[in-house]
Amino acid sequence: MTVLDLPARSHPDQHRQIAHSNQRRRQRRREYGLFALLVAPNLLVIAVFAYWPIVYNAFLSLTDWNMIAARPEFVGLTNYANTLTDPAFHKTLGITVAFTGLIVLGSLVIGLALALLFNQPLKGRGLVRTMSFAPHILSGAAVATIWLFIFDPGYGLMRALIEPLGAEPPDWMNNSDWALPGLVIVYLWKNVGFTALIYLAGLQGLPKELDEAAAIDGASTWTRFRAIKLPLLTPITFFLLITTVIGTFQAFDVIAVMTGGGPGDATTTLSWSIYNEGFQAFNAGRAATLSIIMFVILLVVTTVQARVMERRVHYK
Amino acid sequence: MKVRALQYVVLLGVAAIFLGPLYWLISTAVKQPADIYQWPPDWWPDTFSWENFSLAWNAAPFDRFFLNSTVITVAGTALKVANAVLTAYAFAYLRFPFKKPLFLLILGAMMVPGHVTLLPNYLTVASLGWINTYAGLIIPGIGSAFATFLMRQHFLTLPTEVTDAAAVDGAGHLRTLWRVVLPMSRPMLITVVVITAVEEWNNFVWPLIVTNTAEMRTLPVGLLILKDEEGLANWGTIMAGTLLVLAPMLLIFLVAQRYIVGGITQGALKG
Repeated sequence: MTVLDLPARSHPDQHRQIAHSNQRRRQRRREYGLFALLVAPNLLVIAVFAYWPIVYNAFLSLTDWNMIAARPEFVGLTNYANTLTDPAFHKTLGITVAFTGLIVLGSLVIGLALALLFNQPLKGRGLVRTMSFAPHILSGAAVATIWLFIFDPGYGLMRALIEPLGAEPPDWMNNSDWALPGLVIVYLWKNVGFTALIYLAGLQGLPKELDEAAAIDGASTWTRFRAIKLPLLTPITFFLLITTVIGTFQAFDVIAVMTGGGPGDATTTLSWSIYNEGFQAFNAGRAATLSIIMFVILLVVTTVQARVMERRVHYK
Repeated sequence: MKVRALQYVVLLGVAAIFLGPLYWLISTAVKQPADIYQWPPDWWPDTFSWENFSLAWNAAPFDRFFLNSTVITVAGTALKVANAVLTAYAFAYLRFPFKKPLFLLILGAMMVPGHVTLLPNYLTVASLGWINTYAGLIIPGIGSAFATFLMRQHFLTLPTEVTDAAAVDGAGHLRTLWRVVLPMSRPMLITVVVITAVEEWNNFVWPLIVTNTAEMRTLPVGLLILKDEEGLANWGTIMAGTLLVLAPMLLIFLVAQRYIVGGITQGALKG
């Protein structure tokens, strides 16, 4: 462009400018090429194993297929109609909500309490914090196995705790009233250290001046917690709420090892149902339908998080 | 002070709650069968015995499980971290049209719940002929969104003078990445490696679905087999097997605790 705009310029200069822009174009093209090369493997795997499954599930959910027949049979919205009106599905959803609710509530309350404790100037608090966090990185299948033994009605640790209180220890995992609470205990034990860690990081990031000023004004510890710390921790609470809901909705390994969805259907959550329909009953259409339902639920949860977070930023 | 004393009591109680089950696991694993089935329980083993480990090792092909878990963890971590580093470098340092939507496309993968992808991914892997293969176990998991995000954010905090200087010295991009950018990013790189390795080692549902022969099982899935075969009758053997599954990650945790904690709080407070 500039070359054409300036016809009076001498020839050698024009040539140099053209050569220069050619070189820059070549360089840019090389940069684009390198970018594509570096990003392609990651993007390919993500496309095939994260995005395509959503499309594939949406398709399968409209079919009836036992995974052996040559091709799925198109049945329209039958799977959705059947699932949404199925009392067993309602029970599964109820169990999932109860299970998730208990774990979310428990881990937020206990996690915050632990964080407040770890924030006190106590000797050995770092060590105990590390101990409480360790279960979070341990294999869920292994943790579940340890707790199966702890819940063993004959020789388990729980019996040693309950019997001195004068109560009869239940046969936890074989009792439909106790299996779900038992699973909740295990998940809390495994995950509460994580919640505490995040809360602790939040507590340590709070401005000290506010708390100190309130203390000078004579506000009690409880008042300062309720009126100052708790409101300032709202964004972290919200983050933990959402991540715990998402994680718990997909909880699988502990359930698989400890109860297998039982006894009966006492611990059959949505994630266990997906596995059960897909890989035990070989009912691909039904499993895909449940997957889409789970996806939609978690999408709503994530969207709400994004919205609230956005509003918080504007508010600030 | 009374309050302080109470706090120490609670702290001690918390320590007992989290250490108790692990102590119980280890002490049971080294007890003789007769000592395990005793009531009230023995808190300290009368005699230490390693019998349970050999029993567990022989009850199921644990050597093979160990090998599989190791291969998957090492290869899976290497590939996933390589993906994260290369993608993050491209997004931080290179020009490309539609960079922003492309980045959102990669980050969006975090929104896809892993459990929802099970059935389609099983079918994809089956159609590729990858059932009971390392490829089937490893490849679907090497796409990286969160690690890419962490690495890119970190790269953006590095001073541009250093990479510019490398470019002036005639270093190509890959050389700059390898010799300049990565050495400056060691703590973040270690964090991402450790978090990824822990995830790979603990993965349960995918190996359960994508393998069905004993010699392709991983440790966590092998534990399920051991549990079912022993029928919960032999807790010593099962606890020994469980300890074999836990021990490597427990060791990694004790060594790299700082990085795991750092990475997780970083993801939480920034994400």
